[in-house]
Amino acid sequence: MTASLIGARIQRKEDYRFLTGAGLYTDDVALPGQAYAAFVRSPHAHARIKKIAADQAKKSPAVLAVYTGADLAAAKVGGLPCGWLITDVNGQPMKEPPYPPLAQGKVRHVGERVAVVIAESLAQARDAAELIEVDYEVLPALVDPVKAKGAPAIHEAAPDNTCYVWALGDKAAVDSAFAKAAHVTKLDFVNNRLIPNAIEPRAANATYSRAEAAYTLYVASQNPHVERLLMTAFVLGLPENKVRVVAPDVGGGFGSKIYLYPEDVVVTWAAKQLNRPVKWTAERTESFVSDAHGRDHVTTAELALDRDGRFLALRVRTTANLGAYLSTFASCIPTILYATLLAGQYTTPLIHCEVTAVFTNTTPVDAYRGAGRPEATYVVERLVETAAREMKLDPAGIRRKNFIRQFPYQTPVALCYDTGNYEATLDAVMKMADVAGFKQRKEESLRKGRLRGLGYACYIEACGIAPSNVAGSLGARAGLFEAGEIRVHPTGTVTVFTGSHSHGQGHETTFAQVVADRLGLPMENVDIVHGDTSKVLFGMGTYGSRSIAVGGTAIVKALDKIIAKGRKIAAHLLEAAEADIEYDRGVFKVAGTDKQKTFGEVAFAAYVPHHYPLDKLEPGLNENAFYDPTNFTFPAGSYVCEVEVDRDTGATQVVAFTAVDDFGKVINPMIVDGQVHGGLAQGIGQALTEGCRYDSTGQLLTGSFSDYAIPRAGDVPLFKLDTRETPCTHNPLGVKGCGEAGAIGAPAAVMNAITDALGVKDLPMPATAQTVWRSMHKAA
Amino acid sequence: MSVKVSMKVNGKPVSADLEARTLLVTFIREQLRLTGTHVGCDTAQCGACTVLMNGKAIKSCSIVAMQAEGADILTIEGVAKPDGTLHPMQAAFKENHGLQCGFCTPGMVMNALDFAKSHPDPTEEEVRDSLEGNLCRCTGYHNIVKSIMAGARAMAGKP
Repeated sequence: MTASLIGARIQRKEDYRFLTGAGLYTDDVALPGQAYAAFVRSPHAHARIKKIAADQAKKSPAVLAVYTGADLAAAKVGGLPCGWLITDVNGQPMKEPPYPPLAQGKVRHVGERVAVVIAESLAQARDAAELIEVDYEVLPALVDPVKAKGAPAIHEAAPDNTCYVWALGDKAAVDSAFAKAAHVTKLDFVNNRLIPNAIEPRAANATYSRAEAAYTLYVASQNPHVERLLMTAFVLGLPENKVRVVAPDVGGGFGSKIYLYPEDVVVTWAAKQLNRPVKWTAERTESFVSDAHGRDHVTTAELALDRDGRFLALRVRTTANLGAYLSTFASCIPTILYATLLAGQYTTPLIHCEVTAVFTNTTPVDAYRGAGRPEATYVVERLVETAAREMKLDPAGIRRKNFIRQFPYQTPVALCYDTGNYEATLDAVMKMADVAGFKQRKEESLRKGRLRGLGYACYIEACGIAPSNVAGSLGARAGLFEAGEIRVHPTGTVTVFTGSHSHGQGHETTFAQVVADRLGLPMENVDIVHGDTSKVLFGMGTYGSRSIAVGGTAIVKALDKIIAKGRKIAAHLLEAAEADIEYDRGVFKVAGTDKQKTFGEVAFAAYVPHHYPLDKLEPGLNENAFYDPTNFTFPAGSYVCEVEVDRDTGATQVVAFTAVDDFGKVINPMIVDGQVHGGLAQGIGQALTEGCRYDSTGQLLTGSFSDYAIPRAGDVPLFKLDTRETPCTHNPLGVKGCGEAGAIGAPAAVMNAITDALGVKDLPMPATAQTVWRSMHKAA
Repeated sequence: MSVKVSMKVNGKPVSADLEARTLLVTFIREQLRLTGTHVGCDTAQCGACTVLMNGKAIKSCSIVAMQAEGADILTIEGVAKPDGTLHPMQAAFKENHGLQCGFCTPGMVMNALDFAKSHPDPTEEEVRDSLEGNLCRCTGYHNIVKSIMAGARAMAGKP
């Protein structure tokens, strides 16, 4: 082994099984004797449950049980907890209404679970579910978050339907800066509600062993340990050591599989009641109505500038729709992961943000790829571009004028950026995107009857979530470290256990590259294990682009311990002082001599300790480490989008998208490019095609792939990508994370391009052909 | 009502007594335990359940098993050589990082196998058109498009 594996485009270890149909997703798990669950869901957005008639269902063929909220209450099954406490501007804790796994007395959104039927076959369970008659007294539904105050209360615990009003920043100083500003740019907009739609639907399959008095739950989850902790400690009151949670291959998450969901709790509980495995897999419509949604902000944002275009202050007021219940991390998304990012890449000295988070009769809202940071980037980058247009300044120039150039940089909204080089990514993207040639392309488009526009977005995100002490001081109810374990086998091969979870990110390859590179071993000698609480010692899972920065660092820490112990063993075997032993690419050497032992020989000695310093060292070569980061990481980048708008139809096509990102050190550029591609497509989806819609009674109008348009292959271009590198200063790999960048930066770039093409100040997302056509005709 | 169905799956004759309403995908996944064919939407939109029926790509969630009586079905498990060597289209997906979570992948590959027969050297636009009925949420399609272009050329023996 000579060439470094860091930075190498290595093909993925996981691909063979996925390409040959050998992957094992939760719905592929078949447990002996498994029964099937079908949920009866509320057809109403808000209603009182007067009666549930289940006799016929119970009598129908092969039905094993029907359970309702009353059964769970009688069994003392608790409600689903929220993992983050937000404190109100008045110092009061946020309102936390109960979130029962099956409805108790009332339903609060379409799709809420009212009862579950468990039967021998899925068809029988579904047939019987049809026979359950629920008598509802329909109540007025609250759908529009800005009308929450004064509407009939959804929860007793929150009479004005407000979960909290929260603020960050110095309001008086911001107001005074606005009073003196030469120019103020103001925008009112909605950050549209999105439905994540991982292509693998959520699924759960639980079994109970009477012999061991223990449960096993297979579940499509991004963080099995957190799922276990929440379910055992807060909902079912079970000892954690008696519950194993396995998240096997998971078909995409994008945030939606972070959370503990009612279905997971119900099948786990029912498995013991029936002494049978109980399996549930969502139909796509169930995914639409019951997977946590994303975004849904209504915002007024203002930027104050001096006459030269320097940013003086930013003032933001947002109403965030949390939906009907507090999902697992819902409360921190429109606050801690949103307002803290409002400095963007700029030296804006004063920022104030006030967030009113409300309950409505809609599906719960939580983190979706980017989670708060796309919303913040949209605020900042739409304002900056609009300000440049209003002040007749070059949009790239106004950004350069305000870029942060000195690091570390303490923002006025709590974060301290360790490093960055925003000029470098902007320079690179402008060159790659041939911004200089845009005018000519615009004229060519016009000759074809199309309007062409160009838009920028310079985003920043806080990733590597998170320093536990910081998160704790901001209301987190859990730590946010990661765990890693290195098990060296007697023959020198290595199994790595990580608390991170891969559901498309390629950890089995990227993490193996890190380990193989550090140890100087062939990639095929390194296996990565994740997603099983019975194998991995602990884990906080994968979200917030944290896996390589936090999970990867935990692995590196464990590797350092392996090498340290290996040096001690080698010193004994080579009859040298430990201080003289060097480790270099698979070989322990006595410095300055040709005396050496290979990694495999040292591993063998550790497990066959015939000539081994038993008085000084334990046998075996196995180490674990926990890593809690000292700061967030701050990936950033510059995007340029070009669109063409058909003047007759309003149909808008992204014709070019160029992205230059700074993710710090990149381990596998092929995988990183893939992450950016996917994020960009989701960001373009938010801007052009995806918009969740409810009618005024709270019926979901976009409940299938016919009505909710996730991007198809024809909706996105081939992307042009590059990276610039300022290594993260506070983790040993110098890495920052890359999973969410595309989804964070793209919406603003696309909307800046469309508004440029149309010559309008603003346009709502998604900018469908109809929306664009209407805007053109209004303007005309 | 139970019916007897017989067909060939990945070259092997199979038969079973099924409820008449059993979908082809359910038969493949639950009875034959060939779980590489996935169900992503159950409404014939996402394409994760795509298999070849008599050489033609179909969505196995949109027909009942009875409709495949006597047919020759190919699923993702039958695409690689018996010794495990990947088919050129599978290899192209691996080489071009055309998959991430892997859930849509079998459907993508099966659809591409059918497409490539009539498009030995497809353009980007032709590939994107061919993916109208196959959804991916991970890759932004970028590397899927490149994979299918490369795989189709490889199948046609072109460099």
